[in-house]
Amino acid sequence: MARDMRTPSAPADGYAALGAETLLRIHAVMVKARALEERLIKMSKSGDGFFWIGGPGEEAFNAALGLQVKKGQGTAYDYLHLHYRSSAIALAMGMPVVDALRQMRNVAADPFSKGRNFVNHLAIPQLNIVPMSSTIETQYATAIGTGIAHARDGGDAITIVNGGDGGTAEGDFHSCLVWANRPALPLPILIVVANNGWAISVAEDTQHGEKNISDWGKVFGMPAKTIDGNDPVESWLAIAELMSYCRTQRRPALLEAKLSRLYGHSSSSGANRIPEPDCIALFEARLLERKLATKEQLEKTWRENLAEVDAAHQRVKAEPLPKAESIWEDVFADGLPQSYPRNGGSF
Amino acid sequence: MANMAQAIRLALHYGEENLGVREIFGEDVGPPLGGVFTATQGLKHAWNCPLDERGIIGAAMGLAWAGFRPVAEIQFVDYIFNVIDLLKLAGNSAWTTGGRFKTPMVVMTPTGSGIHGAVYHSHSFDSIATKIHGMKVVCPSTPLDAYGLMISSIKDDSPVLFLKPKALLRTRGDELIPGEPEGEKELKAMIDAPIGDRSKWKPKWPKVTDYEVPLGKAKVSHSGTDATVVTHGRMAPIALEAARALESEGSIEVVDMRSLIPYDWDLIKASIKKTGRVLFLNEETEITNFGEHLLRRTVDELFYELKVRPRLLCGKATPGVGLSSVLENFTQPQKPDVERALRELLADPA
Repeated sequence: MARDMRTPSAPADGYAALGAETLLRIHAVMVKARALEERLIKMSKSGDGFFWIGGPGEEAFNAALGLQVKKGQGTAYDYLHLHYRSSAIALAMGMPVVDALRQMRNVAADPFSKGRNFVNHLAIPQLNIVPMSSTIETQYATAIGTGIAHARDGGDAITIVNGGDGGTAEGDFHSCLVWANRPALPLPILIVVANNGWAISVAEDTQHGEKNISDWGKVFGMPAKTIDGNDPVESWLAIAELMSYCRTQRRPALLEAKLSRLYGHSSSSGANRIPEPDCIALFEARLLERKLATKEQLEKTWRENLAEVDAAHQRVKAEPLPKAESIWEDVFADGLPQSYPRNGGSF
Repeated sequence: MANMAQAIRLALHYGEENLGVREIFGEDVGPPLGGVFTATQGLKHAWNCPLDERGIIGAAMGLAWAGFRPVAEIQFVDYIFNVIDLLKLAGNSAWTTGGRFKTPMVVMTPTGSGIHGAVYHSHSFDSIATKIHGMKVVCPSTPLDAYGLMISSIKDDSPVLFLKPKALLRTRGDELIPGEPEGEKELKAMIDAPIGDRSKWKPKWPKVTDYEVPLGKAKVSHSGTDATVVTHGRMAPIALEAARALESEGSIEVVDMRSLIPYDWDLIKASIKKTGRVLFLNEETEITNFGEHLLRRTVDELFYELKVRPRLLCGKATPGVGLSSVLENFTQPQKPDVERALRELLADPA
């Protein structure tokens, strides 16, 4: 059953405001992300990786977010505390698809974790994308820290934290709200909740009495919105508005995006297509309807991205797995002492 | 001579002036209190935060990833249990990211018993802390070591848990911190906040200088040839007193670990090889006690060097430390218990 997205789809002038060039950039990122995620799912089902978790269904919102990030390294740029459905954000910022495929196949060249972690657990210092973890909602706690760094160092850079609706029940979400609104030092954090209506197999409306998660913003008197995250134009405009607020006012804002989860929670629940609204199909219909793109143009985007993903996959298949002894790398920042116990017991 | 709380404060001041420390925070860490044990009094970058341990550790992690070198405090280690998964994230971030993200942060927290702190101000955390792999763990027993360990911890690119033995925070050593005035009263007048209104008070910092106690390096605080006691934190001065008291009965070497992770196995091993008798001594509870790991490794690697069975003396495995002195003294090792254990170790026929 279609969920109430609260806000109707973006007004026609939103499309006019963004213009064809930006709209097609958003579309290209969305397609790249979908092509990548669907290949990752196939890899998990064909023994070319162990486990899949990702973000099909979040492409509209994530592409709109990723393209508006002030990207770079250090406190002069935005810091991102993401979760495992955020691939389209990273792709929009320039992450090569081959790197995600490397992590899926847990090869030695996996740049995010050297073959140690699940797919979509990114860590990209050059883009200020801090380590992503399987732990639910801890990113809302760590966002406080880069938020303080941004508050101290001024400028217009902000911290962006993104997580799911299920995790907002965790204390870390509320820690983030309290610390970001601390009178002694308000923090420029865009607090995002990607609300797909599910916490693994549990429906949000059976566990959360809040009318909207963004209503938590009322307690602090902070700007807060709930939007249709399946619409990239509405997403773009809301993100732009709240980002601008955080950048200029150096204070937090809360944005809840209601969106789809198209392949369930993960490969643990089968990773089969779910009949929820598909943001790419909806967006393409609107682009065609408004004559902002032709069918051939859109098909070309699909062809190019599918080919890029396929070529990258073929390349990764030939890459070696990590060496067993590599487990001793990176335990401490300055290496292991010679006498560190390495036997796994007595033998 | 500085006491341990003053020594930590001086190290943090050195960190502010020389090591880029810009954020020192926790509950009651800023003015007017400057920490419940006064370890952060007068520091220019010390500030108070919400009563939220998860926020404290999350903030420290984010700051560390942004290139800061934060020092965060959990007011008592008894309240650190609800942030174990965040500490685990801090500890594993370098490893899970293939070395891409280092987490240079210090979390300091008072640990252990000895102040009649009852159930929730007497905990130790050694065994859990030492299982958070990737995080370094230190615990000084003298003010000078506290000073040097704090400076080394701030400089280190790994997260460091700095355990402050709360029973020793008011004790003084017999070694001067480099740059501190010799007179105890002079130092107090310079850096201790006055009682009452402190709003206009500012410390006059002595010109303290760089001094490192390398992480992972133990020290022999009393040389001996007949038996070894391996200890740290609050138990270290007790072991030292016991070794001195028993000098007529045997020559006891006291190894003060200072760092629990990484630990100085080379020094421990050399001492045990020399004496053939060893007691591991700490105040945490029995059952997966950190000393039990050291004991197992001793058996594995030094079995044929041992003259007698190695021993562990530690806290009793109860859910807490009771408030009554009778209960606390029975639960936690006291000096007579240490002396008794060492006598037995020395007397055991080889």
